[in-house]
Amino acid sequence: MIDVTLESVSKRFARAGDTAAVDDVDISIAAGEFFTLLGPSGCGKTTTLRMVAGFYFPTSGRIRFGTEDVTHRPPNKRDTGMVFQNYALFPHMSVAQNVAYGLKIRKVGRAESARRIEEALGQVHLAGYGDRRIDQLSGGQQQRVALARALVIRPRTLLLDEPLSNLDAKLREETRVEIRRIQQEAGTTAIYVTHDQSEAMAMSDRIAVMESGRVRQIGAPQEIYHRPATAFVARFIGRSNVLSLPVVTAAAETVTVGLPDGSETAVAAPTDHGLRAGDTALVSVRPEHLGLTSATEAGALTGRVTEVEFTGMATNLVVEVAGEPVQVAAIDVPDGIAVGDQVGLRLNRDRMWVVRP
Amino acid sequence: MSTIPAAPSAATVPPVTQDPVPPKVDRPRRGLNANSPWFPYLLVFPLALILFGYVVQPMFATFAESVGVDGVANYTEFVTGSGVARSALLTSLMISAASVLLCGIVGVAMAFLLKRFSFPGRRLIEAIILVPAALPPLIGAISFQLLYSETGILPRGLQQLLGTENPVLPFTGIAGVLVVHTFTMYPFFYLAASAALVGMDPSVEEAAYNLGASRVRVWRTVLLPMLTPALVSASLLVFMTSLASYTAPLLFGVDRTMTMQIYINRTNGDLPMASTYASVLAVSSVLFLLGMRWYEGRRSYRSQSKGVASHRREITNPLGKWLALVASVLATMVLLAPVATIALVAFSRDGSWTTEVIPSEYTMQNFVTIFSDPGAYRPILNSLQMSLLATVGCVVVGVLIAYAVRRLDFRGRGLLDVAVMLAWALPGTVVAINLISAFSTGNAFSFGQVLIGTFWIMPLAYFVRFLPLVFRSSSATLAQIDPSLEEAARNLGAPWWRAFGTVTLRLMLPGVLAGALLAFVNGVGEFVASVLIYTSETAPISVEINNRMYSFEVGTAAAYGMLQVVLIFLVMVFSGRLQNGGRATREAAKWTA
Ligand SMILES: Nc1ncnc2c1ncn2[C@@H]1O[C@H](COP(=O)(O)OP(=O)(O)O)[C@@H](O)[C@H]1O
Ligand SMILES: [Mg+2]
Repeated sequence: MIDVTLESVSKRFARAGDTAAVDDVDISIAAGEFFTLLGPSGCGKTTTLRMVAGFYFPTSGRIRFGTEDVTHRPPNKRDTGMVFQNYALFPHMSVAQNVAYGLKIRKVGRAESARRIEEALGQVHLAGYGDRRIDQLSGGQQQRVALARALVIRPRTLLLDEPLSNLDAKLREETRVEIRRIQQEAGTTAIYVTHDQSEAMAMSDRIAVMESGRVRQIGAPQEIYHRPATAFVARFIGRSNVLSLPVVTAAAETVTVGLPDGSETAVAAPTDHGLRAGDTALVSVRPEHLGLTSATEAGALTGRVTEVEFTGMATNLVVEVAGEPVQVAAIDVPDGIAVGDQVGLRLNRDRMWVVRP
Repeated sequence: MSTIPAAPSAATVPPVTQDPVPPKVDRPRRGLNANSPWFPYLLVFPLALILFGYVVQPMFATFAESVGVDGVANYTEFVTGSGVARSALLTSLMISAASVLLCGIVGVAMAFLLKRFSFPGRRLIEAIILVPAALPPLIGAISFQLLYSETGILPRGLQQLLGTENPVLPFTGIAGVLVVHTFTMYPFFYLAASAALVGMDPSVEEAAYNLGASRVRVWRTVLLPMLTPALVSASLLVFMTSLASYTAPLLFGVDRTMTMQIYINRTNGDLPMASTYASVLAVSSVLFLLGMRWYEGRRSYRSQSKGVASHRREITNPLGKWLALVASVLATMVLLAPVATIALVAFSRDGSWTTEVIPSEYTMQNFVTIFSDPGAYRPILNSLQMSLLATVGCVVVGVLIAYAVRRLDFRGRGLLDVAVMLAWALPGTVVAINLISAFSTGNAFSFGQVLIGTFWIMPLAYFVRFLPLVFRSSSATLAQIDPSLEEAARNLGAPWWRAFGTVTLRLMLPGVLAGALLAFVNGVGEFVASVLIYTSETAPISVEINNRMYSFEVGTAAAYGMLQVVLIFLVMVFSGRLQNGGRATREAAKWTA
């Protein structure tokens, strides 16, 4: 069942000239889904979320909750629960009063309110903190109060705008697990905004990757990782080498390309790749899908090591193949490998993938 | 569809409860929708109308009045004539320039001494340094007259001490005006310079010494350039305030100033000429205002201090210590003398003080009179009532304008801001003339009524004069409040008015209250505009004080003054206790933050 739909939604700010902050975005989100808007800073994630919340109205396009058109409905009539980046807790109210705010507006009875506030605070592990003042809480605790305040009204959709960005690294990892758990328990649809791809991968059912106001790809984390739609997506999600290779033959779902050493290989491609023999294909290869071997091994590309960085678990190398730098993440590296060495690279051909520019 | 829960939660199936009102999400309602692009206009339109009707339009009315009959002649008098107009303009400009110089010397020296040196009595002086400036203009001017004029305490005291024939070192005429200006306006320099000195990273200065600069050179090449923005702003402010000054020339009998000529022409019934003076004064004030805005907008250096407080130098040299102590005692006396004088005189018997240094007969009668004689407490009631009314108006309009300017996006936002600034920049005398020009016949903004000669013109004048105070303090507080707090409330289901009331306005309250109190005390002490528009029914305290001074009832006049001093003191203490209240009060006083 579809819960939230954005149909060709665009937003142009009056002061920002003609460029659209959000440009012709189509998204539909299923009930109960954890859906993430992912992209670099300034790509339009917040603007999109705020249109769903009703703080901005789209310049064109429609937004639906279920089958209802809510495009121009004011924010207080949308029944969404938003967690703001800076939490936006009311400093003049206690923790419990903050959580109670939405219930009061909904005229929930006193006993019922008390019960739900307690339940919500319990959910975020803040039972017993109801009487605290906001400035007596740590950043992580404030974050959880904000979550409780949004959850307690049992919103039809939970909206979270980079809720973890003000927490330190360790707390961030703990909290993302918590948010995911709470969302699953409540069964609420969640739209989550982040620029952190590992956060997005770890938490989401599906991700929309945005760039310059447009959605470049929507899919499950694995799909986006292994079959990125564009070179931008390939590079933004994890690291990737995007090689420009000549197309030898093109079929429906495979493209055969020529490699720098003169050999050829078939690479999986999306059905709409649109490539013909003679074109140049962009092929994405992840650093961990390149194996390091001796320069003499048959079928391996050869190159010269130009950078070596030992990180513990893996070693990151840059190998220059036919003048192009190629990133390699190798688990098992011969001791004493150094800049200037000639090495061989074995391609994991199953993981290579044709992307659009 | 909307009634079916989107997720398997209990969202629309509340558990057993006596209050089963499910959130209504189905029908988009038409109405006051704070997100629609026309919402700001709906809110702003009445505000803009008020500012236009009571600030801008009256200014044009004054201008129209001034050019109505032989307008060109009125204006050319300022340029070519050898008469009063030209000399009044020149005198005003000269007094203002001299005031800037004197205030600059006193203010910067005070700031430097108090912020850079440590000596006995420093804290006390810092605590009372703003006392003379906090007095209402009329009370301040009267106290200086009682202290330093020909009949004042100091010249007569010296006369007796030295056995001379005449009072020693009396301040009269323009000199007297300059004394009043210096004492009441040097805080502009003191505050600006001490803020700059405190905010200055001491390592910048140290770097200069380290590179081999002498102390004089450090002053010339590092400190003064860094103080320049503060000094320029303060100069413009002092110039503007001096130009607008009315009470000091009145009490020291300097007739040839712009403000006095406005008053004199008005009382002589020559409204066109009064309007001409008012227009010229208004234009100069507005030019200064624009200059100040432009200058503050382009001012560039702000020290990148990481919160290192500048060091204070301990005075160690024994002679220096002695000098510092004597100077502290003197400064304390000088700073407290005006209030002390008013307090002393308030207990003197009316008519008993003639040629003595200080009054000879003391009594409680003055206070009994002002609280029991119906004719005498009427002005108190008037002032409280009119100021309260004006304050209520200032709060409603000021808060909403601050909200609109800070939070809403609409065409003409800058104009709204400028209109409030205008109300701040216009001298009180000009505000009064503007209202006279606009409302001596009925117009749309007075609902067709003639307001001159009625009660309503008084609170209206106070409203125009003190609206900027509430606007400033509200706006400063609003700047500290994250806009997403209101959005959070909206997201949780609150309609705009409820989110505004329970979150934004609630959090603005300390600032609004501080601004309102400031407007209220200013209203209670208002003299400059009142004296042009009061009627015998609506005479406020200040006018009554002025009248009593005229009829030599100095004791009673001072008793009224004491009442105001006590009110100001209470308000200051209360504002200081408000969270951020002190800050908001300070913000209210300056225009550009
Ligand atoms: N209120 C606004 N007025 C004008 N431009 C805006 C406004 N809000 C966002 N923008 C612009 O829209 C673009 C997208 O912003 P945003 O949605 O905040 O990005 P993100 O959340 O992905 O970092 C940016 O270029 C930003 O400058
Ligand atoms: Mg953002």
